[in-house]
Amino acid sequence: MIIELGHFALILAAVVACVQTVVPLVGAHNRWTGWMALAQPAATAQFVLVAASFFALTYAFVTSDFSLRLVTLNSHTLKPMIYKVSGVWGNHEGSLLLWVMILAGFGASAAWFGQGLPATLRARVLAVQASVSVAFYAFILFTSNPFLRLETPPMNGQDLNPLLQDPGLAFHPPFLYLGYVGLSMAFSFAVAALIEGRVDAAWGRWVRPWTLAAWVFLTIGIALGSWWAYYELGWGGFWFWDPVENASFMPWLLAAALLHSAIVVEKREALKSWTVLLAILAFGFSLIGTFIVRSGVLTSVHAFANDPDRGVLILLILAIFLGGALTLYAFRAGSLEARGVFSMVSRESALVVNNVLLAVSCFVVFIGTIWPLVAEMVFQRVVSVGPHFFDAIFTPFMVALAAVLPLGALLPWKRAKVDRAMQPLWGILALSIAGGALVWSLQTGKSILAPLGFILGIWVVGGALAELVTRTGRGPLSSRLQRLTRLPGADWGKALAHSGLGVTTLGIAVLIAWKVEDIRVAQIGQGYDVSGYEITLRDVSEVEGPNYLSTMATIDIARDDRLVATLQPEKRIYPVAGMPTTEAAIDNGVFRDLYLVIGDQQANGGWAVRTYIKPLANWIWAGCMIMALGGFLSLMDRRHRVAAGARKATPQGVPAE
Amino acid sequence: MRVLVFLCAMLVASAAWALDPSEMLPDAAQEQRARALDHELRCVQCQSETIASSNADWARDARRAVREQVAAGKTDPEIKAFFVARYGEGVLMTPSTGGMNLILWIAGPVMLLIAGVAGASYIRRRDPAQATEAPLSAGDEARLREILDE
Repeated sequence: MIIELGHFALILAAVVACVQTVVPLVGAHNRWTGWMALAQPAATAQFVLVAASFFALTYAFVTSDFSLRLVTLNSHTLKPMIYKVSGVWGNHEGSLLLWVMILAGFGASAAWFGQGLPATLRARVLAVQASVSVAFYAFILFTSNPFLRLETPPMNGQDLNPLLQDPGLAFHPPFLYLGYVGLSMAFSFAVAALIEGRVDAAWGRWVRPWTLAAWVFLTIGIALGSWWAYYELGWGGFWFWDPVENASFMPWLLAAALLHSAIVVEKREALKSWTVLLAILAFGFSLIGTFIVRSGVLTSVHAFANDPDRGVLILLILAIFLGGALTLYAFRAGSLEARGVFSMVSRESALVVNNVLLAVSCFVVFIGTIWPLVAEMVFQRVVSVGPHFFDAIFTPFMVALAAVLPLGALLPWKRAKVDRAMQPLWGILALSIAGGALVWSLQTGKSILAPLGFILGIWVVGGALAELVTRTGRGPLSSRLQRLTRLPGADWGKALAHSGLGVTTLGIAVLIAWKVEDIRVAQIGQGYDVSGYEITLRDVSEVEGPNYLSTMATIDIARDDRLVATLQPEKRIYPVAGMPTTEAAIDNGVFRDLYLVIGDQQANGGWAVRTYIKPLANWIWAGCMIMALGGFLSLMDRRHRVAAGARKATPQGVPAE
Repeated sequence: MRVLVFLCAMLVASAAWALDPSEMLPDAAQEQRARALDHELRCVQCQSETIASSNADWARDARRAVREQVAAGKTDPEIKAFFVARYGEGVLMTPSTGGMNLILWIAGPVMLLIAGVAGASYIRRRDPAQATEAPLSAGDEARLREILDE
């Protein structure tokens, strides 16, 4: 019964979304207040209905209702509760329902928090948002209905893919979707502004928090996914440039660009039409990402052929929304004339450089991702584009970005002098180069990567700190400290987000340059040395888990005759899904991770043991979390919440620019 | 329970874990080369995975083939050519720069050039020395005030 109610709620939500698309648009065109005002209750109703539908599905998973086809295919009674719940979105149909629920959620929050918006803009934003929902409701109801029943329910389910039964991955999709779908707000604002025919400072101010929220969620989602890959896939890789990963990375890059260009719109009324285009493209890439993941077209052309309906429908949705928005843009962009003027050397110019680098780096990822498809369809050549291509082409962009970041962030608006902006940075620059040189002379290998990582890491983090210090102005230390605590959230957010980028850069460079890998046959009780660590296999035993069987090794790691850690790597077999997984055991440290994997028993009775030493591994994700925290602090800045006109009332003590 | 045990035994038998010590070459330098090659070759049975990280049987056989050829003294390009001849150029993780693949390699730099020129010309146009600033019309000014005060 609850299932049927959920199904009906979903259909009703689709109907409400249709109304929410049409009525407010007509109302805004004709300035009919009543018609425009319909948008808010409709947005709320739509969200409530789709949330009810989502909870009905969750209920089916939690109670293991195997009369539901989806539950049978993706769940099992023995599965721990957390994975029963995460099983809701661990499959195509359920993940789409989550997608559209978040979409409706963002629409509803725009209705709730958008009190300050002009009536016509708000009506149009909510209508555009609902039109995206309509497309996805249709997609779910016609091709991927999660509420289909089975005629004869089986006794038990087929279990969720064991790789997905993991805390890191349980919460990876919701965050990613919050990010993907959050960009729909930027899209709706962009299209609504194009329909209105005007983009002004206030528009930039409204778009930025939504984009910032989406970017924060995307950052967390991508970091969770990468962290999961690191500890779950069994050899400590953290990024594979796989099409599905790239699908989440491209919107992240564009959202980062959009965040920065929206600041220029808000503060200086320039870069307007570019910002609108970015907003459209950022969500376009979210849709492309959904298409890539959901159709399977890029991992295998055959997967697409297996389920042509779904792929074609997402492609159609993509074509309608991206094509429609870009056509509208082509007609209206000319009227979005920039007002602000600025000189060649200025914050505005620096942000243009930032946008060029981020947008082109996104383009590079895009072309690398779709090239196998293009090559096969157009040139009849089957090619693979692996990590080497992306490392070679993408890395320079990030190096350039990190190199210009601290100076660009310190340049004043309108007109700047490089030598003046560099004043607080000379020391940092010297320190970073000295750090890089020191690392270069100490390391044994010839890799340029680690020194470069140190130079950029110190430069970016130091630059962010230096900026905070300059923000406190002049005077005695105590008053400067006081001013530091009273700096607006956005200033702290900026410094933190930029530092996070520096920390991640350093982590990635050092991990790649200095990781150690050792694979060998270990006999029980015989120790061996891996770059200073004494590894001893103590024991291997068979253990039974709740829904799996495990071969568990016990391994001691000692350094200088002192026990560092005892780790228990496992090999698991999930009989129901018929799938083996490796469970690496990791001793997490600030400066290095010790990463152990147990393999098969060998002919001579020993066991295959893989040992990895991963220097600064956790800095990669710590940096991501610092970035996300920075974004969050910036989002909490009261200037986003108070009326736009109150901006003059910010605390004093900001140095004259 | 017996079915369970049987299933597990079957799985253990078929699960070949990425690079096993029994596959490794005794010579450390040769093994190093072989591992680098593992990262250059795609497992054709898998979805965008190298033979270095894949657990599939095909990947294990490919790793053995790589090691046999390294031990036989073949050079890296020869070994790659061996795989390309059998499985097509899709077996290489990094596409060649030949033919139409050149587009892939130069697309990024060319786009950077275009975007750089476009960005620079935009900045030039916004420079007060070149551009004449259009002042806000009275209507726009009033509208802006209205929005800011809302």
